[in-house]
Amino acid sequence: MVYVNYYLTMIKIAIIQQFQYRVAYYFYTFGMIAEPLIYLVVWTTIANAGGGTVGGMSAGAFAAYYIVWTLVRTMNISFTPFGWEDRIRMGQLTSMLLKPIHPIHSDLAFFGGEKIPNIIMWLPIAVVLSLIFHPIFAPSPLGVFVFIISIWLAFIIRTIALWLLGMITFWTTRVSAIFDLYFAFELILSGRLVPLTLLPQWAQNISLFLPFQWTFNFPIETIAGNYSNTQLWLGLGMQILWIAVGSLALQFFWKRALKQFTSVGN
Amino acid sequence: MDMIGYIYEDCLANNNIPAYFRKTALRSAMKEQIMAEIIQVQNLKKYYSIPIRGEGLKESVRSLFFRQMREVKAIDDISFSLEEGEIVGFLGPNGAGKTSTLKTLSGLLHPSSGEVKTLGYTPWQREPNFLRQITLVMGNRNQLQWDIPALDSFELNRAIYNIPRAQFMQLRDELMDLLELKDLAQKPIRNLSLGERMKMELVGSLLHRPKILFLDEPTLGLDVSMQRKIREFIAEYNRRYGAAVLLTSHYMADVEALCKRVIIIHHGKIIFTGGLHELANRFSSHKTITISFIEPPEHIEDYGEITEREENTVKMRVNKNEIAAVSAALFQKFQIGDITIEEPPIEDVIDTLFSAKDQIVEKSSDGIR
Repeated sequence: MVYVNYYLTMIKIAIIQQFQYRVAYYFYTFGMIAEPLIYLVVWTTIANAGGGTVGGMSAGAFAAYYIVWTLVRTMNISFTPFGWEDRIRMGQLTSMLLKPIHPIHSDLAFFGGEKIPNIIMWLPIAVVLSLIFHPIFAPSPLGVFVFIISIWLAFIIRTIALWLLGMITFWTTRVSAIFDLYFAFELILSGRLVPLTLLPQWAQNISLFLPFQWTFNFPIETIAGNYSNTQLWLGLGMQILWIAVGSLALQFFWKRALKQFTSVGN
Repeated sequence: MDMIGYIYEDCLANNNIPAYFRKTALRSAMKEQIMAEIIQVQNLKKYYSIPIRGEGLKESVRSLFFRQMREVKAIDDISFSLEEGEIVGFLGPNGAGKTSTLKTLSGLLHPSSGEVKTLGYTPWQREPNFLRQITLVMGNRNQLQWDIPALDSFELNRAIYNIPRAQFMQLRDELMDLLELKDLAQKPIRNLSLGERMKMELVGSLLHRPKILFLDEPTLGLDVSMQRKIREFIAEYNRRYGAAVLLTSHYMADVEALCKRVIIIHHGKIIFTGGLHELANRFSSHKTITISFIEPPEHIEDYGEITEREENTVKMRVNKNEIAAVSAALFQKFQIGDITIEEPPIEDVIDTLFSAKDQIVEKSSDGIR
């Protein structure tokens, strides 16, 4: 009950804060659309020039992929590992650690709460983009159900992954290079840069054993209608598995990280 | 022998008391002692390893391959305790180990060695039940949400600490009344002045009615009137709810107004524990006499070191052992309208104490070299 109350209150605060900075919010939304629009225009042009398809994907399939991409990308946003240094230096972590609730709940609740206005904002954008690019969706009812669940599970996986990454800051500062390397792998192997089906088979095989595609490619494909029922359930299972693995790793490293925490000067 | 020891022996010796009652008496005595001492610190040490880098490019490159570390003893084998409802001043110069101690007692830092029990818990195990009973307020840090009104932040604290709504509303309004904050409740925190923010911080930190308040320079950077208000508030909160307070402050007015007992820490070691009066007695060789003469006095400097002189009023430092003799001589020689004898300002006593300790440290390190 404590957690339900906490999450509801934090979600409310996140929404209030979103509306406090309206202009920043509009710029953020515009920025979120710019990236997939570029990919979409490029791939649609290539598909049209190559006889209508690339790697088996039509212009309509690309449109569907990148329109859903805009929502999934928003769902992927969580506390950045680059922020941990400031979080420690400015004393925000100290404040979080004094509360009788694990600080990851603060990020899950706050960034989760921000998604609600983002989803509402996304709906008219998706309609406009659909009118322009004519996407081809063929989701089953199960696909829609799995999509709704999977975007939230994707958010949880990515939050845990970014937390684990950010926690390196407890042992050493100046870790930007490690973060950049991680994000480069994520960009390619998650399906953010290109749909995974367009990658070479060996890259697709590697991505099966990494968490990236379960945060990005999988939710998109569920609504695009490219998966069988078995694949949908298996995908959900993989997401839950990654959450379990991530949670165990988090528990293990968090205890050790706190021993390293010096809280000096804050 | 401590209290439990006496009761235990008494109980064992008295065979007329049934075994059940003997055990009950012993249990309640033990509980009383545990309840009485809500913070127990034994041989606490906190050492940090800090990398040392020389100046210039050459040293920077060298440090890549040969990393030198230096050990800093932030807390160096300290022991003390705090009783229920007690307000204790934890004093020391910058870098003495005050904040590190507060952070260890509140579970933020793992010590290098030693034992700490805060409310019966080991702080760094960070059990939720422990965290629900303490608060740490730092004068230079903001714990409330920056962009939203304080009322929304308070609501979040209500959820975190699972405070029943009626109790929350009653305490929130009571604390806001005490600090005269009602008109500011709707403003985002970022729009408040430093003093207003500090007052809001205090309200937010006390909504869960903690049993222990760790206050790290709560009046830092505030004007005199705001400092006074915060002091009065802390005293009132302590009176109403019986919470223990461990307070660090560089403003002696805070300490004098609030603390019956002080712990003085220097270079990570406790160098004094006791009352302010005892501190002045032990570490000051002088007292201050202020005399209002009926007529301008002559050769008054023969009686002590003049520190202030204004028309017929003179303030002077007199050796503690000579106070009685000097007072008598003054009454004999001059016509006196009024006379007061005071301990020297506590700042001066502490300053003298730190300087003396620094000289000892310097001498001992000279010896090592």
